[in-house]
Amino acid sequence: MTIKMFIPRESTALSLGAHDVAQAVSDYSTQHKVELNLIRNGSRGMFWLEPMVEVETSKGRFAYGPVDVSDVPSIMTDITTNVLSKHTQAHSLALGLTEELAYLKKQTRLTFARAGITDPLSLSDYLALDGFTGLHKALAATSQEIVTTVVDSGLRGRGGAAFPTGIKWQTVHDAPSDKKYIVCNADEGDSGTFADRLVMECDPFMLIEGMIIAGLAVGADEGYIYLRSEYPVADEILQEAIVIATKEGYLGNNICGSGRTFNLEIRLGAEAYICGEETSLLESMEGKRGVVRFKPPLPAIEGFFGKPTVVNNVLSLSAIPYILSQGGQAYQQYGANRSRGTLPFQLAGNVKQGGLIELPFGSTLQSLLNDFSGGTQSERPIRAIQVGGPLGAYLPTSKFDIPLDYEAFTKASAVLGHGGIVIFDDTVDMLEQARFSMEFCVDESCGKCTPCRIGSTRGVEVIDRIKDDESRAENMILLSDLCETMINGSLCAMGSMTPIPVISAYKDFPEDFHLPSSNAVLEETNHG
Amino acid sequence: MQLDFSSDLSNVVKIIDTLKHKKGALLPILHQIQREIGYIPLKTIDTIAKKLQQTPAEIHGVISFYHQFRTSQPGEHKIQICRAEACQSRGSRGLEQHAKEHLDIEYRGTTADKKFSLDSVYCLGNCATGPNIRINDELYGRVSNEKFERLVSTFKTKAKGR
Repeated sequence: MTIKMFIPRESTALSLGAHDVAQAVSDYSTQHKVELNLIRNGSRGMFWLEPMVEVETSKGRFAYGPVDVSDVPSIMTDITTNVLSKHTQAHSLALGLTEELAYLKKQTRLTFARAGITDPLSLSDYLALDGFTGLHKALAATSQEIVTTVVDSGLRGRGGAAFPTGIKWQTVHDAPSDKKYIVCNADEGDSGTFADRLVMECDPFMLIEGMIIAGLAVGADEGYIYLRSEYPVADEILQEAIVIATKEGYLGNNICGSGRTFNLEIRLGAEAYICGEETSLLESMEGKRGVVRFKPPLPAIEGFFGKPTVVNNVLSLSAIPYILSQGGQAYQQYGANRSRGTLPFQLAGNVKQGGLIELPFGSTLQSLLNDFSGGTQSERPIRAIQVGGPLGAYLPTSKFDIPLDYEAFTKASAVLGHGGIVIFDDTVDMLEQARFSMEFCVDESCGKCTPCRIGSTRGVEVIDRIKDDESRAENMILLSDLCETMINGSLCAMGSMTPIPVISAYKDFPEDFHLPSSNAVLEETNHG
Repeated sequence: MQLDFSSDLSNVVKIIDTLKHKKGALLPILHQIQREIGYIPLKTIDTIAKKLQQTPAEIHGVISFYHQFRTSQPGEHKIQICRAEACQSRGSRGLEQHAKEHLDIEYRGTTADKKFSLDSVYCLGNCATGPNIRINDELYGRVSNEKFERLVSTFKTKAKGR
């Protein structure tokens, strides 16, 4: 009898030794003459359990984790003597049937429906689980019908700006031009985020399908994935997936025999956070310094080399196959208020059970923590959570009940962004975090706008003076004025949002700035 | 290791000729040069500029804009430590300090034996299992001070990384 097993080839699993575990499993099967079919799948996104090893049984997949090389012999014994024959388990790392794990059962996985289940480079796996059904519907529809379906879905840009995807597509659709482009923004630079990476490593055909559909919708025959170079595994898997999709007729000059054309290429970034900003990204793709462009013109009108260009985040494009296959209404029925559909949240930082959590909008941070986190890794109390990446606010425990939707977060001077949730315990020094926000801006500003380029350096200096108790009250006013200047005097989010974490740090954690909570200075500086 | 400049230059010419048809070819070209030579020698800038019909200043401007591109030879193995928030919350500030002391270099430095270069990076996308480091193209999670030392001693005996 052949034993079918699964060990991820995804970055987190690899960073914790998945290759070595796979090698040990394979060696064991050779030595013990066990017939083995080992699949290198994606990850389910339960990172504290990686490397997670699964075995196929008649009742579904059975999981073990986190597995070390030294656990392999005992796990193999458990599989052969208990799990497969008697449906019992005796191993301390046995987790039970994967599908029954609460962490997965409590989620609504639309975009991540296949992640960790399939071999990311198996086209037949992809096709068996609804792959390319959206594309076939798109090929049968008019371009306007595709755009309308996306408008109806209520999908908004998942990169963070939350601009309605359908409206963007309509603009490019309506722009008269002999050439248009689809650009996927895969420069996922926000700390605490990894959902784009998981899509590319675990389900690359879904992204490719989303981009082809975007091309059909707006009349573009050429697409680029601008991928950050910090993701070498995603690069490798995507490259292979593009080769396969081209060979099988999904990409190229005759998509599925339709006579339509779409070609796709990966472009690597070079460690510049700012290139996640869409106009900076386009400059970079054109072979220039990633300096932000003034808008208008919008990229939808004048984008890559001046041509109408759709620039969408990985998650936005990855939501498209579901929307096309199930209909805009099916997607739109999830969510809350003006935030429709699901958002893949990414639980990270000082947390026991970090990972990918896809939920409809509308839950709260507190309930997400209760349902998934398992507390902090350090087992100390949570003090602050930064949501939405390095330009997002630090939230104190009193704000954990804000609903997870775009408008509710904006109203609370916070940022939902790309859905990253980074947990800090009570040892965090919020003055140091505020200083880091400014320092990050010093390193990553493109240099176009003075408040961002110079203001961030001044910000570090002012915070250092506050730390050293040098004219503290005056320097707090200076810091607050500086933040206001950056907010109002910067073209893009880098300069205008760097103050968000800084302001949240001194307003919600005044004691770390050696300020009493009811300080008059803070009252005066209330512009958040 | 002494690099032969004329062979570097002919390499660079070959790379440019292979890639220059691409739209916005400069970044792919710079990546390929750095992949093959390990860095972008300043002496190649004139050649790149001439072949792309740009000024050397423009090429230099692009190289200096991106953290990844470097114009000096790195160590045999490139170590990057993530210093973004999610790793900070799991102790990366301590790891950064330890790494600098252990290797006796600062960021952007190379060890005296030319074995290691040390750099920072903002996020490796492994944010639930930090602190994270990258050595060449390999990612390592939950890196304690001890694990860092262990990895360094393993790589010390390994051949040149990509």
